[in-house]
Amino acid sequence: MKNNSSVLNVLVASGIGKTVKSGTGELVILRDIDLQVTPGEALAIVGASGSGKSTLLALLAGLDTPSVGSVHLDGHDLFALDEDRRAELRGRVLGFVFQSFQLLPALTALENVMLPLELAGRDDAQDLARAMLGRVGLAERLHHYPKHLSGGEQQRVALARAFVVRPKLLLADEPTGSLDVQSGAAVITLLFELNREHGTTLILVTHDEALAARCARTVRLVGGRIAA
Amino acid sequence: MTSLRMLRRDWRAGELRVLAAALVIAVASVTTVGFFADRVSQALVRDAHQLLGADLVLVADHPWSGAVPELLRGSGARRAEAVNFISMALRGEKNQLAGVKAVTENYPLRGRLRKAPSLGAPDAVAERGPAPGTVWIEERMVTALDAPVGSTLKLGKLELRVAAILTLEPERTANFFNIAPRVLMNLADVPATGLIQTGSRVSYYLYAAGTAEQVAALQAAITLGRGERLDTLESGRPEIRAAIERAQRFLSLTALLAAVLAGVAIALGTRRFVERHLDGCAVMRCLGATQSRLLALHAGEFLVLGLLACALGALIGYGAQSAIGAALADLIRADLPRPTPWPALQGFLVGLVLLLGFALPPLLQLKDVPALRVIRREAGALRGGAVAAYAAGFVSLSALLIWQAGDLRLGVYVVGGFAAAVLVFFAVAWAVLNALSRLKIRSLRYGLANLRRHARGNAVQVASLALGLTAVLLLTFTRNDLVDAWRRAAPPDAPNRFLLGVQRDQLEPVKQFLAANGLAEADLYPMVRGRVVAVNARPVNEAEYSEERARRLVEREFNLSYMDAPPAHNALVRGQWTADGLSVEEGIAQRLGWQIGDQLTFNVGGETFSAPITSLRRVRWDSMKVNFFVIAPPAVLGKLPTSYISAFRAPPGKEAALNQLALQFPNLTLVDVGAALKQFQDVADQLIAAVQFIFLFALGAGLLVLYSALVATEDERRREAAVMRVYGASRAQVAGAQRVEFLAMGLTAGLLATIGAALIGQLLARRVFELDLPPSMMLVVAGPLAGLALLSLNAWLSSRKVLRASPALTLRESI
Repeated sequence: MKNNSSVLNVLVASGIGKTVKSGTGELVILRDIDLQVTPGEALAIVGASGSGKSTLLALLAGLDTPSVGSVHLDGHDLFALDEDRRAELRGRVLGFVFQSFQLLPALTALENVMLPLELAGRDDAQDLARAMLGRVGLAERLHHYPKHLSGGEQQRVALARAFVVRPKLLLADEPTGSLDVQSGAAVITLLFELNREHGTTLILVTHDEALAARCARTVRLVGGRIAA
Repeated sequence: MTSLRMLRRDWRAGELRVLAAALVIAVASVTTVGFFADRVSQALVRDAHQLLGADLVLVADHPWSGAVPELLRGSGARRAEAVNFISMALRGEKNQLAGVKAVTENYPLRGRLRKAPSLGAPDAVAERGPAPGTVWIEERMVTALDAPVGSTLKLGKLELRVAAILTLEPERTANFFNIAPRVLMNLADVPATGLIQTGSRVSYYLYAAGTAEQVAALQAAITLGRGERLDTLESGRPEIRAAIERAQRFLSLTALLAAVLAGVAIALGTRRFVERHLDGCAVMRCLGATQSRLLALHAGEFLVLGLLACALGALIGYGAQSAIGAALADLIRADLPRPTPWPALQGFLVGLVLLLGFALPPLLQLKDVPALRVIRREAGALRGGAVAAYAAGFVSLSALLIWQAGDLRLGVYVVGGFAAAVLVFFAVAWAVLNALSRLKIRSLRYGLANLRRHARGNAVQVASLALGLTAVLLLTFTRNDLVDAWRRAAPPDAPNRFLLGVQRDQLEPVKQFLAANGLAEADLYPMVRGRVVAVNARPVNEAEYSEERARRLVEREFNLSYMDAPPAHNALVRGQWTADGLSVEEGIAQRLGWQIGDQLTFNVGGETFSAPITSLRRVRWDSMKVNFFVIAPPAVLGKLPTSYISAFRAPPGKEAALNQLALQFPNLTLVDVGAALKQFQDVADQLIAAVQFIFLFALGAGLLVLYSALVATEDERRREAAVMRVYGASRAQVAGAQRVEFLAMGLTAGLLATIGAALIGQLLARRVFELDLPPSMMLVVAGPLAGLALLSLNAWLSSRKVLRASPALTLRESI
């Protein structure tokens, strides 16, 4: 289900809000969020803890459902799809980088990077994954398990996993949140390089203003709304 | 992306090994027992026929003619013949009543005769029966007639040379009530003795042995006439049949236990697998995997694992039953029947049902993991217990196992007992841990707080631990006690002589003689032989009983006895012992459909009497003691012609005293059942050896459950310990808190397991194996200690792991 207004944009969020039931009544986490992201753009979503950043990211990726509003991803009305169709769409369009890396502990670095390719049924998964790990500087660490890699190395594996499927849109949730300053800086540099090389659209959630400043546009969340 | 690739990766990570081991053990034990039932027990039964001398024994009070011998000739089975009669054997001035058995030279068809070249010389297997013109006689006959090997004795008109001392014949105990010392001769010599005249009391025997099909066909085709009967193992040697049945029950029980325990290990193992894969699945959902894709991937992975594990289990089962066959090589002399693929299929089926029933419910939760979990870790946590989810698996497994064991009562006891134990263990563990956690002991406050916080998880863990420990205790202590009780059923000091035909006025002199000669103080029981003629005033008609064995029971004379109180070695199972009612053995009552309250009428030597059944007794036929089907009140039977019977033990070296007894009381019959007893003990010992082997499987399954239960909460504990350390707790504090928690859990699990093992052991002993099991002090001490030791070890290992790793690393891994 594609529509014209969203064809030009990779992502269009219209009037989304999220309310959850709490012990004392309803708790509003997000309200009236409108957002357009054009291809190739790098957007930072910033805000204090509890401002709703992660919830917004989850809604934009279709990981969670909004109470009101809609999200169009690559021209598809996300919430008109069922959860499985959304998963397929994610597989085609999105890449993720998380604060906690989310590598599978039982898989080697190479296998972690192969995973999205294998899920997509690609026969060349291993070659592509090797190349991508080489690109992030881990050619020597292909067969290491996550627990034998440093935090910075784990996040680089996660970057390789995100970019190896050449996603249209990369969603990064506090990608340096678990790293020391030095490793964090190295990972961010790599993230922007890869973003440029692949022409990927980037949405970056962070509370780090300096990091946000590296993106062309910044959206600030305050109390669940976009601040003017 | 294939299931196979996932299987390889998860296997490499070590996450499937417990699961696979549980499956292998379950399938191997079920398959082994299946093969055993299929092959070895068939051979055992066939071999036990050596105690009958053949597969089929036909007995008539008249010479066989007509259809039956024709059938035998046409059946292709091997045949032998014999006649039995009582006659006086003479040598010079001496004479002795002899139980003469005249056989064809190929007798016996199953089992062997044994003979010795002279009195006291070691005996050996005899390939053939006595040649024409010779006899083999029993030791007692040699002494009574002073007829050593080489001398001659006279039977009727014929002089026969004593060629050997007969030490063992297959049927020796089958019908020992009316026999005098044995003289074995060749059938061809019988006419020359002139002993068989019209009216002589002679039994004519036909023996047949062949393939199972031939025997079954014969059994089906034979129609017996008046005065003819068919002897089978069941009717001939009840004590051997009881031993084999008991061994099969032990085996079935063990296989059941192993399979059910494996189910628990699989459930625990899968739960841990699923917990560890929740994050991975959430990531895969993020990366585009659909629910059905996730389910298919994991189901495929488990299916392949299951098939491989089942195949390995079936192979091990096949190997194990060969080993059992080898262990029983002395017992099973003939070749085993060929194995069929059926037991392996059964094993496969059990394995797959286990996997489906116990792995699928937690596995299904994987597909429901929301992708949101990658951002919010608390989303999509594993749902608790979900007892209902396992119910279907448990029920189908139970049905399958009960069907496989072929013993409804055993199956219901094991499966029902198991389900009850799980629920009771969980409830008690929860209550006890909760109560403990409310204790106010300052120095233990962290540990006690842990108990409270983990109440539910700990209760599950304690219940699983108690279950595994119950199995291990049951299989070590209780098994030993059961096996001892089994051995005691025919203890080494069991009676080896039966004394029959003691008259009322001989009671005191015989007792005095036995006491004076150090032959124990034997009980002498009154015995009256009578036939049941009516039940509830309705005349008994053999034709009304469809079952062959029941027909034979009503047809023959019973050994009745009378006494004031039930014999100490019998147990009353129903009703009351009364002074005016009959006490009936429960087996015969069941077979003949007699109930408490039924009025039985007996005919004893032309006189009839009636009395109601007021109690049922359980009789241990393999105790080698004197037992009676029916015991009547003294008031009723005391007036009827009575002789007395006794069973006692004559230690080696008392033969002279026994001969003296025979001389002093020439009317008595003294029967030596020593050889038969030894034979039975050998059978029991070898069966026990075979059974012990299978216990290893169940023990393995029990240990797996223990292991799975111990590691079940490891991840969570590591995370918590790391957090505690981050906030400044010392290593000693963290370790101390865990120790308190584990000790409380260990003690609870140990106590529960001890009580469980003791109760289940008693239940099994009484209800299933019909054995008396004294309470075991060892178990009472070892159970709680084992619980404590296990959890202490676990506390130590777990705190070592937790404390060795840096908190940062632990936390980072577990975020």
